[in-house]
Amino acid sequence: MVLVETRALVKKFGAFTAVDGISFSVDRGEVVGFLGPNGAGKSTTMKIIAGFLEPTSGSAFIAGHDSRADSIAARRRLGYLPEGAPAYPDMTVASFLEFVAAMRGLSKPVARERLAELVERIDLAEVWNRRMDALSKGFKRRVGIAQALVHDPDVLILDEPTDGLDPNQKHEMRELIRTLAPNKAIVVSTHILEEVEAICTRAIIIARGRMLADSTPAELLARAPARDPSQTQIVRTTPLEDAFRHITLEQAGS
Amino acid sequence: MSTALLVFRREFAGYFATPLAAVFLAVFLAVAAGMTFFMANFFDRGQADLSAFFLWHPWLYLVLMPAIGMRLWAEERRSGTIELLMTLPVQPWQLVFGKWLAAWVFAGLALALTAPLWITVNVLGSPDNGVILASYLGSWLMAGAFLAISACVSALTKNQVLAFIGAVVIGFLFVMAGFDLVLAAVRPWAPDVVVQAIAAMSFIGHFQRITDGVLEAPAIIFFVSLIVFALWLNVQVLDARKAA
Repeated sequence: MVLVETRALVKKFGAFTAVDGISFSVDRGEVVGFLGPNGAGKSTTMKIIAGFLEPTSGSAFIAGHDSRADSIAARRRLGYLPEGAPAYPDMTVASFLEFVAAMRGLSKPVARERLAELVERIDLAEVWNRRMDALSKGFKRRVGIAQALVHDPDVLILDEPTDGLDPNQKHEMRELIRTLAPNKAIVVSTHILEEVEAICTRAIIIARGRMLADSTPAELLARAPARDPSQTQIVRTTPLEDAFRHITLEQAGS
Repeated sequence: MSTALLVFRREFAGYFATPLAAVFLAVFLAVAAGMTFFMANFFDRGQADLSAFFLWHPWLYLVLMPAIGMRLWAEERRSGTIELLMTLPVQPWQLVFGKWLAAWVFAGLALALTAPLWITVNVLGSPDNGVILASYLGSWLMAGAFLAISACVSALTKNQVLAFIGAVVIGFLFVMAGFDLVLAAVRPWAPDVVVQAIAAMSFIGHFQRITDGVLEAPAIIFFVSLIVFALWLNVQVLDARKAA
């Protein structure tokens, strides 16, 4: 079942084309990794799917609802973690999550039950009554995830969920995404390649607003150029990195 | 409506989460009292009424209301929380109304704290309390108009200082609209209808009619329509920023 679909998305900021004809779809059970250099258009694409930005042309659908024409229905099915996991600094974790739950129309008892579950699952108990501006990056990110999961949405759009986390926190976040995956359609942006291998069932590579690849991590690996054994590497790279560099630099050169 | 109230509650609590609220209330009371006693000579007038107090409100609000309203949207845009807010399954007008209401109730609180003045004039003499009540309500409505303008300007930028300056400039035009200085500059080239329309936008003119206790209804309608229009414009600004 297709839960996320974009059709020929184009977004222009003045003369600059940030997103240039992006089309893909995500089924339930898939975790799609959005890969690309900084400024490739990953965040812009995610903002359009989430309905925060309107595309210049093309359209995006969440569970069959047009993110523009039927935006309220689309947003009901969506959990979104914006870039940088923004949150109100003057609120406590508890009041922030309760606010989001109420804004999503959850009744008090349902919200309480749901939040209790999330506290457990995302391990927020120790910061529950702390103000958001006193949280570490790792906890801030986790609260951002909790906020996106409050209403148990079918679709998760997570913009760099592991950015700024330490290796242990990264690992936990990836485990969480893996456990959520079977029942949802998840789109995760990242520029950490190992993450794609760790959690994604599919990878989409974007550079300069264009889609350069849409395949499984294994297929991507196959696109890595053969190493020239005579050249010693100054910095050791993984085969996936080779593939990524090959695909993105090829386009930049053309 | 309940969504708007949720936004209101969060936003209103936000004013008190930092020392901002206390500082603002102190400044508001000090300046309001200062203007009443020193610039309008409350005691020398020898009359038991509050017209010396209300006289300066348009000028007081011109600066203080943008100070309350500037953060409403600019801060959300700066911190990125606007992305959370605008991707919730709610209508933009619910957000716009809830935020404005929080600022307006906060302004109402500041105004309510000037009640000792009202009590004082009742101790000193026998003022027309009907007029005073109408003046308080009129003053609060005018504050609402200033705030609706401030909120709308705040939605245009992520810079609170710019939001403040923009709101003061637009507010200044409304305050000055009834003055001959402005009208004389327009009269030579604009048709009479335009001159009258500008004069009819005057905050001071409408507010004075309320504090004088005459012709309140048109003045109230004026402020209410201006609030509704500015909030509608605020929604349009948010929509336009999505497509930008």
